[in-house]
Amino acid sequence: MSSFETTIGLEVHVELKTKSKAFSLSPVNFGDPANENTNVIDWGYPGVLPSANKGALESGMMAALALNAQITRDVHWDRKNYFYPDNPKSYQVTQQQTPIGHDGYVEIKKEDGTSKRIGIKELHVEEDAGKNSHSGKGYSLVDLNRQGTPLVEIVSQPNISSPDEAYLYLEKLRQLIQFTGISDVKMQEGSMRVDINISVRPIGAEKYGTKVEIKNVNSFQYAKNALAYEEQRQRDELMAGHIIGQETRRFDEPTKSTILMRVKEGADDYRYFPEPDLPVIHVSDEWIKAVKSSLPETADDRIARYINKFALSKKEAAVLTQTLEMANFYDQVVDDGADPKRTANYLIGDVNAYLNETQLDLQDTKLTPGHLSGMIKLIDNGTISTKQAKKVFTAITDGEEPKAYVEKNGLVQLSDPNKLTPIINQILDDNQQSIDDFKGGKDRAIGYLTGQVMKKTHGNANPKIVHEILLAELKKR
Amino acid sequence: MTDFFNENLTSLHKKLVDKEISATELTKEALNKSKSSQSEINAFITIDDEGALKRAAEIDAVGIDPDNILSGIPFAIKDNIVTKGLKTTAASHILDNFVPVYDATVIEKLNELGIVTIGKTNMDEFAMGGSTETSYFGKTANAWDHTKVPGGSSGGSASSVASGVIPVALGSDTGGSIRQPAAFNGIVGLKPTYGRVSRWGLIAFGSSLDQIGPLTRTVEDNARVLAAISGKDQRDTTTEDQSVPDFTKGIKKGVKDLRIGVPKEYFAKGIDEGVKDVVKKAIAKYESSGAKVDEVSLPHSKYGIAAYYILASSEASSNLERFDGIRYGFSARQDGQTLEDLYVRTRSEGFGDEVKRRIMLGTFALSAGFYDAYFKKAAQVRTLIVNDFAKVFENHDIILGPTTTSPAFDLGSENDDPVKMYMNDLLTIPLNLAGLPGMSINAGFTDGLPVGLQIIGKRFDESTIYKTAYAFEQDSQLFTKHPGVNF
Amino acid sequence: MSESLPREDAAHVAKLAKLHFNDQQLNLFTGQLANILDLVETLNEVDTDGVKPTYTVSDNINVLREDVAVKSNQKNELLANAPETQDGQIKVPAIIDEES
Repeated sequence: MSSFETTIGLEVHVELKTKSKAFSLSPVNFGDPANENTNVIDWGYPGVLPSANKGALESGMMAALALNAQITRDVHWDRKNYFYPDNPKSYQVTQQQTPIGHDGYVEIKKEDGTSKRIGIKELHVEEDAGKNSHSGKGYSLVDLNRQGTPLVEIVSQPNISSPDEAYLYLEKLRQLIQFTGISDVKMQEGSMRVDINISVRPIGAEKYGTKVEIKNVNSFQYAKNALAYEEQRQRDELMAGHIIGQETRRFDEPTKSTILMRVKEGADDYRYFPEPDLPVIHVSDEWIKAVKSSLPETADDRIARYINKFALSKKEAAVLTQTLEMANFYDQVVDDGADPKRTANYLIGDVNAYLNETQLDLQDTKLTPGHLSGMIKLIDNGTISTKQAKKVFTAITDGEEPKAYVEKNGLVQLSDPNKLTPIINQILDDNQQSIDDFKGGKDRAIGYLTGQVMKKTHGNANPKIVHEILLAELKKR
Repeated sequence: MTDFFNENLTSLHKKLVDKEISATELTKEALNKSKSSQSEINAFITIDDEGALKRAAEIDAVGIDPDNILSGIPFAIKDNIVTKGLKTTAASHILDNFVPVYDATVIEKLNELGIVTIGKTNMDEFAMGGSTETSYFGKTANAWDHTKVPGGSSGGSASSVASGVIPVALGSDTGGSIRQPAAFNGIVGLKPTYGRVSRWGLIAFGSSLDQIGPLTRTVEDNARVLAAISGKDQRDTTTEDQSVPDFTKGIKKGVKDLRIGVPKEYFAKGIDEGVKDVVKKAIAKYESSGAKVDEVSLPHSKYGIAAYYILASSEASSNLERFDGIRYGFSARQDGQTLEDLYVRTRSEGFGDEVKRRIMLGTFALSAGFYDAYFKKAAQVRTLIVNDFAKVFENHDIILGPTTTSPAFDLGSENDDPVKMYMNDLLTIPLNLAGLPGMSINAGFTDGLPVGLQIIGKRFDESTIYKTAYAFEQDSQLFTKHPGVNF
Repeated sequence: MSESLPREDAAHVAKLAKLHFNDQQLNLFTGQLANILDLVETLNEVDTDGVKPTYTVSDNINVLREDVAVKSNQKNELLANAPETQDGQIKVPAIIDEES
């Protein structure tokens, strides 16, 4: 057993999906040509003034509510001063003194079945910086498209005690935020970014150990890897009698280790002060109520609904709500009239397998809720067999319309008794032994006969109807 | 030849409407006067011959709007108010090549009304100063005595109006930068209520203090320009949703029964005796016109300077961080330099000493360990100053006192002593801290130099200020006096 | 509060403000700033216990705009004002210790 305990605090930046920037009218749009979405405010021109985006502030309130946090009633904006090429005014507008949310929590469910509340110290709305890129030839280039994009920064309490907990916290946090609809929360696109602080101390020590910051963590898995490495490194250092330096380290993916970036000399001096260009904000009860009522259904509420209304298992409901896209997709397919249970099976089985295989996000595939519901309804009403559905599924992942595909390829299931009865009688005529077996009480004979019918019809016969006709015809003999 | 000393907006408008003079002719005269005055008073950083004439021609082509008194009127604009396509420097080396890509809201509004911008006026660098001597583009002279300072920071605007080279000008006032030069040059300068005029396009100095306002020869002209530039602006969310009245309406109502408070602190030791005499006489005039004059107290006003220099410098230190040589303006680039070197070189070469002093002071006041003792303390004292005024205004309509502690001083006399220079703002600063409107009008002369009477009103009550100012102006007829030199 | 400004503090502040002063300038500035701070120290005469600070005199509350985007189409003008550009971006000396 280890004689050390680990303290982890996470700062998560979530980029908001507003139409315009936090303090300027420029569009928020990922992937446009450099500096396309910029104006004089984004460039920090002399004489410009900010105007605060109500949508960004309300998104911050939604995040606070989703994380069970208190809403701050008297909010003012602050300036955080530092020089950097991607920071045009040389100050960032943020909510240092009066974060919009404070004292919340996220509940994680650990593998051993226990739960733990990870405290949220505060959430604040602020503006993102632009992007610097490096030529490697003695200069860098600045694109201000991202400058001013609203962010919510979520600061956890330092009560995360292991890399596993950190991973679970990040997953739960992403889910909670994603279901509010305020952000895509995608690590790979930078709409969710994680800064890590970790320290280690001997169990029972009064003071926390020296905090080390880890940057360049681009996925939850990397966060876990980086923390695991860093936890061990700090323990080893302490065991060896070394002192942990206050430093910033970088996660190195190939070696799954952390590498020293720089040693911190004292605290940064950001010279925060209240932003005089923006009026103060008073948040009333009514305002909070209105924002609360505009919050979409949470993941937990959806899970409950899926279990109660659609009789899904807890596990099925949990898988469907792992991402908002999947849950929304499920709801749309079911709303369209597809059988809820069968839809769940398809999403959890074939669709997830397809996503894993292609490494695509659901919304980036050609699969649509309409096509999936179309296919499932064809199964539901007996038009196609589940076996035929395999082919149809492949087709709808290529964007084909299921009904048209089925008709074009003659995949229609044979359900017509007038067509099936002669085939069945032919089979019976050829299999007197099976008839005798059946009459002798051997039920297995039915299975054999059904198989023969399916073989004869190339798998297109409706097994249910075949079964019914078989029984009727057997009785006649 | 149009003699601006004998004109006001009403008379110029009449001449334009009656086609006695065209906008182009008027513009040419203003351009000529401005240019010929440069060697004497150096009021302008940029004179825009081409742009002004083009604009005047457009106005002549459309015709003067008879319902719009500013149609075709030449204006001078302080060079910290951005003008699209016209170089705007804030009198700093760091912006000496800067051509804005947008117009300030006040410029948009005035252009809409058909004004002609003649040029951009000289000022203290980034409006930091009280003498227009910190400009990168040389000093401006006082209209009445070319060896004296014009005051500042709107020295170019004030001196050009007082010298009769332009009928009206815009300035900005953070701690007295409209009122003090108006006083030194014997003209009418108004700092509006904070939130009355949009700051969009005003190169920020102290964001919680800055206001744009008019400098004119007469009170009525001033009221007309204020009405034209006022109003809520979505781009400046500190502008307030207040109706913009016709400030000339009720201007002639007189001052009978007006309740005037005169702060005893505004006549304290250290304030020039000549100034006190002139202002006291002016106040006596009000009394004889039926106003009720009381001595009042603004006990915290003497701490205004200290609070102001912390707050304004702190805000400025942040506002001026954007001048970094990266996106616009002067950039001290060298081959192979580091980013840090670009920053430090650009800012060290680009800013003048006074600006650096204030950046240093403000950065210090906000830095870790000093914030509470300096910035927060100053903000608390500000509250007490706000309360002082509120108390007086509980039973007074207006406050009167001197604008400045002395008349215009000699050029170069206070450059080496920042504290002495700062003390000049003693009487103007408290209004900025409280966000109140204030005006300076000529109250008379001491040793041949104009003395300003400061008229302080309640928030958004500029109308009472105009009424009060108008009564004395009409009574004294001081606006008929002028420096005599005709450019 | 300190009675005056130590020279090291002035040097630290200059560093924060991205300003460089040679020794002579730094001495002059330190002296002048110390004088200004002496003036500022008069604030200590004022009892501000329990006084709420005033950071703005605007009475505006909750002045927020609706979330509507407008494209400026000013990209080219803005780039034209920049000292150096390349490929539609702003060119700066190499940024080391990058962490974006």
